[in-house]
Formats: sequence, structure tokens, C-alpha cells
Amino acid sequence: MVDLRPYVALFRGQARSLTSYRASFALELSTNVFATVMDVATVLVLFRVSRTLGGFTLHEALLVVGLSSCAFAAADLAVGNIERIKFYVRTGLLDAVLVRPLGALPQLLLMDLPLRKASRCAFGTGVLVVAAATAGIEWTPGRVALVVAAPLAGMVFFSAIFVVSAAVAFWWVETGEIGNAFTYGGRDFTSYPITVYSGWFRRLFAYGMGFAFVAYYPALALLGRADPLGLPVWVGYASPSVAVVAAVAATAVWRVGIRHYRSTGS
Amino acid sequence: MKEGIGVDSVNATGARRVHQNVVVPFRTFTAITGSGFRRYSTYRQATIAGAFTNTVFGFLRCYVLLAVAGAAAHGLAGGYDRAQLATFVWVGQGLLAVVLLWGWTDLADRIRTGDVASDLLRPVNPVLSYLATDLGRAGHAVLTRLVPPVVTGLLFFDMYLPKRWVTGPLFLVSTSLAVLACFGCRYLVNASAYWLQDVRGPMIAWALGSGVLAGLYFPLRFLPDWVAVALWIGTPFPSLLQTPLDVVVERDPPATQAGLVALQAVWVVLLLAACRWVQRRAERKLVIQGG
Amino acid sequence: MTAVIEAHGLRKEFTVRVKVGRLRREKRVVAAVDGVDLRVERGEMLGYIGPNGAGKSTTLKMLTGILTPSAGRARVCGLVPVPQRTRLARRIGVVFGQRSQLWWDLPLRDSFDLLRHIYQVPAADHAARLRRCRGLLDLDEFMDTPVRQLSLGQRMRGELTAALLHGPEVLFLDEPTIGLDVVSKQAVRSFLAELGAGGDVTLVLTTHDLADIERLCRRLVVIDHGRVVHDGSIEALHARYGSRRRVVVDLDEPVAEPPEGAVVEADGRRLVFTVDGPAAPVIARLAALPALRDLAIEEPDIEEVVTRLYLSPGAP
Repeated sequence: MVDLRPYVALFRGQARSLTSYRASFALELSTNVFATVMDVATVLVLFRVSRTLGGFTLHEALLVVGLSSCAFAAADLAVGNIERIKFYVRTGLLDAVLVRPLGALPQLLLMDLPLRKASRCAFGTGVLVVAAATAGIEWTPGRVALVVAAPLAGMVFFSAIFVVSAAVAFWWVETGEIGNAFTYGGRDFTSYPITVYSGWFRRLFAYGMGFAFVAYYPALALLGRADPLGLPVWVGYASPSVAVVAAVAATAVWRVGIRHYRSTGS
Repeated sequence: MKEGIGVDSVNATGARRVHQNVVVPFRTFTAITGSGFRRYSTYRQATIAGAFTNTVFGFLRCYVLLAVAGAAAHGLAGGYDRAQLATFVWVGQGLLAVVLLWGWTDLADRIRTGDVASDLLRPVNPVLSYLATDLGRAGHAVLTRLVPPVVTGLLFFDMYLPKRWVTGPLFLVSTSLAVLACFGCRYLVNASAYWLQDVRGPMIAWALGSGVLAGLYFPLRFLPDWVAVALWIGTPFPSLLQTPLDVVVERDPPATQAGLVALQAVWVVLLLAACRWVQRRAERKLVIQGG
Repeated sequence: MTAVIEAHGLRKEFTVRVKVGRLRREKRVVAAVDGVDLRVERGEMLGYIGPNGAGKSTTLKMLTGILTPSAGRARVCGLVPVPQRTRLARRIGVVFGQRSQLWWDLPLRDSFDLLRHIYQVPAADHAARLRRCRGLLDLDEFMDTPVRQLSLGQRMRGELTAALLHGPEVLFLDEPTIGLDVVSKQAVRSFLAELGAGGDVTLVLTTHDLADIERLCRRLVVIDHGRVVHDGSIEALHARYGSRRRVVVDLDEPVAEPPEGAVVEADGRRLVFTVDGPAAPVIARLAALPALRDLAIEEPDIEEVVTRLYLSPGAP
């Protein structure tokens, strides 16, 4: 079994670092929440103009947004800073963690944990709770389990996307922004019912990369709606398992990436 | 290394200024502009990555706005039809990089490291010098960052093509004003580093506010009229994206469009004056307090 | 004796893209380290020097498990660095002069405490080692200052402590005195000398400052273009490159007939002898000179020797 105590110590160190910037941390907590507020506000603005979106009402769409925001904000909090990998390479932090007796990825994440993003996470959860309460869901034990499991699985899924996007930088240095297309792009994609999109673009993002299983299919299962695109209801309940596949794949890509870094150097 | 080109050409042309007093400031300006262009053309991977990312977001935003128009009354969302919305999104994805809404921290970085002191030693006003570099960058972005999303949009969506001859020149003027206005905003946000130790707060506030208030996420006409009007008159944000995009999709009659562009011009004057004033205050502070 | 570090034919290639013409780029393979053999015994203090880009840091990175060698074998403390990285990490200490192991926003005290948890060092051992470092490096006055507010010299003393708290068998130091002021350099050198005198820590030190080497290391490995061009004592280096001590004699009056082997300077008022071996016989002979005013022995200048070594193309 992995001894978690060193990692707990790293987390404590990061939390303690923040106390030296108490005022600016408080400010950042409050400005950061606006990122998620904007996402949700955008959906509300769109519903001002049109009564449905991709065949979904505001309350149904809010459930999709809630699942997506909650999952993304949690992943962004836990793993999002790995997009700073280029910075870690340049400043030597990556080398520094490689000469310590712990895994490189957890060290990087814990040493630069953006706790200021906690406010987004809280807001995203709030939206999910409100949406789940007002969407007229007929609660069954399965749905209760799903409403808890789906955001957690979504968090794992987005974390995997973050890690893969960052690991690509080991091969191609200036990839920073390309990663955004799949991390923040994935968040935008999952914020709406996938019926909004169409053609190869939808197939690629929804099924090819698996973003449909973050918010859309769990939301359908919670609402008890049939999928206009024809997949059966159980897909919604099974969708958290996609996160496992993503996590395994991301771990593999990271391992190969760091091996590549170690064979090419900085 | 990043700043190398800029520094050299500034010094070289700056020295000549002594002899030819009238012509050279303009020559200096264009030389710096040229160096800005060349500097950005060396970031080839980053340019490709940026264009790719803007294009992906173009698909996302376009589909969403088309869905809105599809379900809205008369197929009009905020007064735009589907083709106009497609043009709005795809040109917007390109203009985003031309005006450079995000990701400019050059000045803040130089203030933080103290390198800014060497800017003050040059015989060129720092605001002008940064502006010249930024125009070079914008010129490079027109070629490399505006064209790819617009072409992608044309390939995959029915886009609205302007019908009035006056739209072309007006769009050019409006885009230029948008670049200047956006530069002014960015300069002011960056300049907060003269007074604040940590500029992440203003930077984040700018990044979050500018996207939505400039009309990147949805056209501001989706908002209630009084909000849209208040934003237009009370803030520079609509002048950064929304106005040139409204011009190119011919959302309003020509007279209204000309009025909106004039409003942009007012904001440009105000913002650049503010930059100059802030820079003077900052210089005085640097001289008196030694940073 | 057991070797703590063993490397055979260690090689590291990098692919660089070279611009050819306006648009085309070509991949070229460059060997940063080109077949380095190294054997370091327990308790040795090894100076590893070479010009910029000679492959010093790359070698260190391969020995510490940061980089995978392209070819060759390496063992440190009996472990293969990259595959056994975490096990090795507990047994070595690494100080990068330009990179930090410390927590920027935390006081040194907190960084040291975190490192105790990361390396899972028993509290008593940790406290004892920390006490020793605090004494030798005068850390007490800034133990509670956040690292970002420390001077470079203070920070480096903190880095040294951080690298030693888990009781490493080998300490790798990459440019530990770079950018330090004279006083801090002295402090770091005396500390390392003290550490090495104990004989249980093996020190491998890369540096630009040859004074570090003269003060600390009996053995010197010079690397150039990725190859070892000298491995031996400093004296051996001098012997090999013909740098000798000089005896300089100043006289009140010019000599009419200079002694054998002397070079005459300053209108005959100065005589310069180069000496192989002990200087005493020469000096004894000179003491008899009339009008002798001053006599000085000049040690050979290691900088000069090494510069010559770097400049000589295709050194053996």
C-alpha cells in the first residue's frame, strides 16, 4: 500500500504557503468563482433568447451545466495546474521532484495546488444541487447514487484530459494552447446537451473522446428522458466507468511522456 | 531573447533621432512595429497551436448559437439570423487573437523583474513603443490567426457575407480601433503591476470580464437592451469585439454602424490618454521611490 | 574499497533542430556526454569540471535519475538511477545551484520539516542532522524567514541543509557557489570541507570556480565535449601540462652573471626560476646571492592550466 503521509505533508505545506498571502488569497477566491459563474450565466442568457436549447428546457439544461461545472471545477482544482508543466520544466521544479523519493506527478500537483479555485468548485456544486432539486427528478436509489457518482467520475475524466494535454508538452513544447481546446473546450462541450452539436464534430467530441458521458448521459438518466440520439437509458448509469478508462489511459500517457522527457532532457 | 529584436531596433533608430527630428519618430515607430511582426513570426508552434484552439472553440460556440437561433422565434436570435451568427462566431474567433484579448503580460513581467527601467532609458515613450510592437503583432495575427478560423467557418457553415460596399472599409477601421482599444485596456491592466505586488487579481478579473463583456461568448444583443446600451457607452468592452463583428455581419443600418465605430474611436482616445497618464504617474513613482 | 558511483561508457544524445535555410529544419544528434567512465570510492571528494556545455550537468542528471542515459551503464549506491529512482533518492542528496529544493513561500524551518516527511526520516535523526547544519552554517538567524526573502548565500546554506537532512551517502552539487559573494562562498566551502573530512559522505561537485576545487577536492575530473580529458589529482594535472611552480627573486642591484636556469627580468633586478619538485634546494642556493631583497614562490595557476586544456582542440 502506498504510504500517503508524505503526500499529506506536501498538501499541508502548500496550504501553509497560502497563509503568507492571506489577503490576496481571499481576493483570488472571490474573483475565481466568476469563471464558473460566467459559464452558468451564459447558459441563462442563451435561454433568455430561446426557450429550448437542443430540445432541452432551461431546468434540464441547468442539470447538464451543473454536472459539467461541478466536475470540471473539481478537476481544475485538483489537477488543473499541471498545464503549467512547461513552467515546471523551465524552473527546474520537475528536476527537483525527480530527485525525491515520491511520484513526480502527485508532487507537482500538491506543490502547486491552486486552492483559490476551491470557490469555483463550491459554486459548481451549488448549481448542481439547485438544478437537481428543481429539475423534477423522480428520485430512486439508482439516481441518488448517480447524482453523486457522476460529478466524481466527471472530475476523474477531466483530470485525465488535463494530464494528457500536459503530457503532450513533453514531445511538443509549445502545445500549451492546444491542450486548452480539450480541457476548456471539453468543459464548454459538456455544458450543453450534445444534441446542440452535429455531424463529425459531435461524434468526435461526444463519443470519440467520451465527453458525452460526463454530463449529458448522466443527466438523461437522472431526468428519465430517452436519448434523442438513440442510446439506451442504462448508458447514463454506466457512463461513470468511462472515467476509469480515461484515468488508465492518462496514467499511461504521463508515464511515457516523462520517460520521453528523461531521455531528451530540458 | 524574447525582447532582443525590439531592443536593438529601438536603440538603433533612437540614436538617429538626434539628427532628423521630424521624420524619425514615425520611422522609429514603424521599425518597432516591424520588429513586433518579426518577433511573433518566430513563435511558429505557438501560432499553429493558437489557431487550432480558436478553431475548436469556433465549432463549439457556433453550434451553440445556431441551436439558439434554431429554437428562437422567427429564427432570429438577438436580431441575428443563423448565417449572421456563424459569421459572428468565426470572425470573432479570429479577431480574438488579433486584438489579443488574453495572454499579454509583457509589461507586467518587465515591471516585476525591474527590466522596465531600461524601457525608460530609451528615447521613445514606453506607451508608444509597446503600442508599435503590438501593432506589428496584430498585423502578424491578421495573417496567421484571423484567416484559419474564417476559412474553417466558410468550409463547414453557411456564413453571412457582407452585402454593402461600405462594410469593408468600416470593418477595417473598426478592427484597427479595436486593436488600439484592446491594447489600451491590456496596458492599464498590466500597469497595475507598478503599484501591486501580485497582478494575478487584476489579470484574472480582466480575463473573465473581457470575454463575456466584449461579446465573445454570446452577442451582447442577447442581453436586455438597457444592459447592452449601458455596456456600450459605459465600458470599453463592446469596442473590443462586438462592434467590429456587428459591422461585418451588418447587424445595423450604416448610420448606426458608423456611430458605433465613432464610439470606439472615443474609447480609444480615452484609453490611450489614460495609459499615458498612468505611465507618467508610474515613472514619477519609480524615480522618487526607486521602484 | 567499494565504489559508490560507477559509470561505464555513459552517453547522452540530444536531438537538436537546426534551421537550414528559411523554412527547413534539420534534426541533428548531438552527444552531450560521450562515453564517460567514472569510478568514485566511498568518502571521495570529486571535482567535476569543464567549460559551459561540456556535459557536467547532464552527467549529474544521469547519475541522479533525472535523465535516462542513451547508452552505457551507471550505478550509484549499487542502484540503477532511473529505474530505481525513488530508492536511490533516499540515499543521495542533490543541490542545484540555480534551482531550489525549498518552498519559496515558507520559512526554512517549515521546508526542513516537510522534507522530513517526504523522506520519512526518524525525528531524532532529523533533529540531530539539523542541529549540526545549524551550527556549521549559522542558519539560526534566518530559520523563520520565508525562502523568497533570503539572500542567495542564505538560500544556498538552506539548500545544503535540505540535501543532507535524510543522511545521504552521496551528495551531488551542481555549481553550489555560483553567484555567491565571497563570504558565502567561503562558508559553503568550509562546510563542504568539514563534511568531506568525516569520510562517510561522498561528494561530487561541478563548478566553474576552480577555487572550490583547490580547496575541496583532491581528485579532479575534467570533461570537455562530453569526454573525460583528465582524471587524477590536481598535481597530476600540473605535471601533465607542464605547469610548474616559480621562484621569483628580487635583487637590489642587477647581477652581472645570472645563476644557471634563471630567466632575467627587470634589467637584471629580477630572476625567475621554474621548479620541478621541492623548491628548497633552489632557495638554499639563492639565499647566498648578494643584494637579495625579496623571494617569493608562486604556485602554478590552475585556471591557466584548465583554460589551456579547454582550448586545446581534440584533447586526448
